Amino acid sequence: MLKMSLIAAGLALTLAGGAGAADKPVLNVYTYDSFASEWGPGPAVKKAFEAVCGCNLKFTTAGDGAALLARVELEGARSSADVVLGLDTSLTAKAAATGLFATVKDGRKTDLPGGWNDPLFLPFDWGYFAFVYDKAKLKTVPHSFADLAAAPKSLKIVIEDPRSSTPGLGLLLWVKKAYGTRAPEIWAGLAPHILTVTKGWSAAYGMFLKGEADMVLSYTTSPAYHRIAENDDSKAFARFSEGHYMQIEVMGQLAKAPHPALAARFLAFMQSDKVQSIIPTTNWMYPAILPKSGLPDGFDAALPAKDALIYRPDEAQAVRAAALEEWRTALSK
Amino acid sequence: MKLWPGLGVAALLSALSIGTLVMVALKAQGGATLGAADWAAIRFTLTQAILSAVLSVLLAIPVARALARRQFRGRRSLIALLGAPFLLPVIVAVLGLLSIYGRNGLFSAALQLVGLGPISIYGLKGVVLAHVFFNMPLATRLFLQGWQAIPEQHFRLAAQLGMRTGDINRRLETPMLKEVAPGALAVIFLLSVTSFAVALTLGGGPRATTIELAIYQAFRFDFDLAKAALLAVAQFTIGALAAYGAWKLAAPTRFGVSSGGLREPERWDCQARSVLLRDAGVLLAAMLFLFLPLMAIFASGLAGLTALPLSALGGAILRSVLVAFGAAGLTLCFALALGFAIVRLERSHAQTAGLIEGLGALFIAASPMMIGTGLFIFLFPLVDPVALALPITALVNATMSLPFALRAILPALRQSEQGFGHLADSLGMQGWGRFRLLTWPTIRRPALFSTGLAAALSMGDLGVIALFADPQSATLPLMLYRLTGSYQIDAANGAALILVLLSFTLFWIFEREANRET
Amino acid sequence: MKLELDHLLIRQGTFSLRADWTLAPGDKLALIGPSGAGKSTLLSVIAGFLAPSAGRIRLGNQDLSDLPPAKRPVSLLFQENNLFPHLSVAENVGLGLDPSLRLTPGQRAQVSASLVRVGLRGDEQRRPADLSGGQRQRVALARALLRKKPLLLLDEPFAALGPGLRLEMLELVNQIVTEGGKTLIMVTHDPQDARAIATRTALVAEGVAQAPVATTQFFLHPPAALSAYLGR
Repeated sequence: MLKMSLIAAGLALTLAGGAGAADKPVLNVYTYDSFASEWGPGPAVKKAFEAVCGCNLKFTTAGDGAALLARVELEGARSSADVVLGLDTSLTAKAAATGLFATVKDGRKTDLPGGWNDPLFLPFDWGYFAFVYDKAKLKTVPHSFADLAAAPKSLKIVIEDPRSSTPGLGLLLWVKKAYGTRAPEIWAGLAPHILTVTKGWSAAYGMFLKGEADMVLSYTTSPAYHRIAENDDSKAFARFSEGHYMQIEVMGQLAKAPHPALAARFLAFMQSDKVQSIIPTTNWMYPAILPKSGLPDGFDAALPAKDALIYRPDEAQAVRAAALEEWRTALSK
Repeated sequence: MKLWPGLGVAALLSALSIGTLVMVALKAQGGATLGAADWAAIRFTLTQAILSAVLSVLLAIPVARALARRQFRGRRSLIALLGAPFLLPVIVAVLGLLSIYGRNGLFSAALQLVGLGPISIYGLKGVVLAHVFFNMPLATRLFLQGWQAIPEQHFRLAAQLGMRTGDINRRLETPMLKEVAPGALAVIFLLSVTSFAVALTLGGGPRATTIELAIYQAFRFDFDLAKAALLAVAQFTIGALAAYGAWKLAAPTRFGVSSGGLREPERWDCQARSVLLRDAGVLLAAMLFLFLPLMAIFASGLAGLTALPLSALGGAILRSVLVAFGAAGLTLCFALALGFAIVRLERSHAQTAGLIEGLGALFIAASPMMIGTGLFIFLFPLVDPVALALPITALVNATMSLPFALRAILPALRQSEQGFGHLADSLGMQGWGRFRLLTWPTIRRPALFSTGLAAALSMGDLGVIALFADPQSATLPLMLYRLTGSYQIDAANGAALILVLLSFTLFWIFEREANRET
Repeated sequence: MKLELDHLLIRQGTFSLRADWTLAPGDKLALIGPSGAGKSTLLSVIAGFLAPSAGRIRLGNQDLSDLPPAKRPVSLLFQENNLFPHLSVAENVGLGLDPSLRLTPGQRAQVSASLVRVGLRGDEQRRPADLSGGQRQRVALARALLRKKPLLLLDEPFAALGPGLRLEMLELVNQIVTEGGKTLIMVTHDPQDARAIATRTALVAEGVAQAPVATTQFFLHPPAALSAYLGR
């Protein structure tokens, strides 16, 4: 047993290595995994904010937006989080209902189609869900859900499960918003084309890149990733005539935040040009406020506001259970 | 040997399995009932798990038989490689399988050459295919151990009596298979019950919803803790019934205990060309089935190695190896503590002993999501769970490997204690000396084997670290997960290759040590 | 029938054993010598479980060297595990008549008769686990009896029995061998066993299985290596 406790102590030591610089306040930001990862905006944001705040910025991660909210709920009022960054508007109604979030000062004027107005949350980026395809391989590109349903049966798409993934939930709400009571019929039409449903975005996207499916549910900004980061212009998204569902990623401050002033400062910092200009090529989303420098080369301008579909947070919350049931029923046949 | 360490471990296991469930249930507000969708999930879970178990076992028998009665160059390496599929991280395995059996995979490409359309593996068949890919090698190893438990003299006797292959099959092998099969069926059934991402991805849609996915949904889509707890109870019940059924069905042959080694076979009955060809065919088919996806993983991994971020890689490897050794050490300690308690209680309190043994097995059916969440609720008011991410991951990984370790070590421990316990008592051997001189030499093989398995499994398993980790302390599987979530597919393939090689190397080192003659 | 070991050489790693002698028909030979000298290995080679590195084995006019174990006119009793634990006594014996155990009523009667012969009347349905060590080896003898092979090899099957019981078993073997006109080779550690039934005795030591000598002569003028082994 002695050996084991030594190992445990060793493990604890390697963990503690990251801490230090004890006198500065530590701003604790809860975010989703890929935001804080080495390939996301996290490291740059941390460096830039620490240069001006006289504090240490610490990211605590959960798998994705929904996991993040579940975590905050489990911790409740005892949470040591100052800021939660990375919920989206399909979650904010639920998040608001927990009563754990503080009201925030209005942020900067956003460039979101439809603007922004919420007492608890501020947006930091946004995107449109879309089906991405390979231009060399898919010749007849569907331009609506109806097109997709009518396409030859050999056209296969891979989508994510709304129960376990943010894009999956986005697609669910997309169809529901565009078609309302006709949603079950649309799903029935899509069913023969759905190769499979994955747990999360990465498995779906990985399968698409492997050539398993002709199209994958992702974002309109995905082709820009390949163009800019990999110098590969082969991917495109299919523009749908129904419009595209929006994902707006937001942040909020905990009512019991240990460092409320720092937290407020961080929210403002996230909306500053400095951070907004690194969002496109690190998080591969549109900045909530277009920086003066504009979008980077290779990053197409967002679709116009007339293409934007989105539920208000309370509507999204109200509609999702029934929409899920329709989805499940249609795809289980 | 003292009783309290074993009872302590049993209490810890109960806390981790049932305790975490209670934590979640207590946190829940209001009750829950199972709806039609939940019952559908239960039905699908049962169907796919039963099919996966039966098919894995049926396919493993001819493979194990061929390995048990043939000597050829590379036999040991082949047996060692059988461990590889079982150790693969889920997403890596799925993409590897798709490279071969997918719509754009090798088979479909070959079929297209002769003008046939692509094959589709999505649906129940895909789920079962993947589970057979993971578990058939495991079943093969279990059966191979069964073959090796048959005393050498029996095969010599059979040869002298002129028993033909069919007679040996009926008189020697079938009784052994009847003893081993229920356990193998149960283990694979339990492993398949908790499947989630594989079942969903290859299952082709919400029809392929397992209980674990329903638990996941309850946690993150519905925020319904009561429902999650109820579903976890259902999953446990299924696991407990399967474990009980296997225990009831296993017909003891009294062949005794396999040394767990890889003895070269000695057979005189199967020199006929037809038998030889059949064995060769079986082995070739099994190798193609298992190793083609592994080779695809290898090829894409090699291409991705250059894309790997070296800065983060070293730390991730170090943390993973630390966690793996921590988990392996804990597994061994837990298995020994439980084993001693079981062997000691068997004489006086047979039922308690059986219960403790069952508790170990039950863990295979525990929901990882439930354990992680329950632990979080429990730890959060006391300590910062994030600071304990690595030790907790090691602990939970250790409990996941424990059923296998206990299964491997217990018979040897029993033999050592029942065969020589009185002798050791009369000589006044106790404590560390008794362990070193009596216990360790008799259990060395299964103990080292299961330590290696635990290390390798821990290495490849994402585990609960995803719920706890901070960005700076990623393990290799977590790094892999993060890479795939950030468009870094090539780098992810490279990381997957390193992960697979590392976990297989760990497994192989321990196994080689286990098989070394002392 | 005459058993002939013709320039036999057995090699296993650093171990080697030579034997080059004949045994007359009806001889009962005891192999004696220190542990690890290769007594059991020699029996394994004669029974066909191990292949020799050189030399031939003949019984009568038949060359056994290339025959598989089942084709050799040999019954070998091991120290243990002579019975399949999950088969009944009758089934274990019956395997000596038909390895597929499809026995005619007549064969069943033969099984019972041979059990009577070894002193296990009415024990047909018992399991090996329910028998004593001596009874288990009696069952194995009953099977050897039925197999009617001219060469019987004993690899210390009675070593675990008490002295009285052991001599009793050896006497049973003696009767069976004599009645059936079989040739016997038995491995032993104990001169008493050899004196009890062996007409000839051979020393196995230092890499050689020496030529058999009449048992009385053997112990009257023991070879030097034997004296060392017996500690006299």
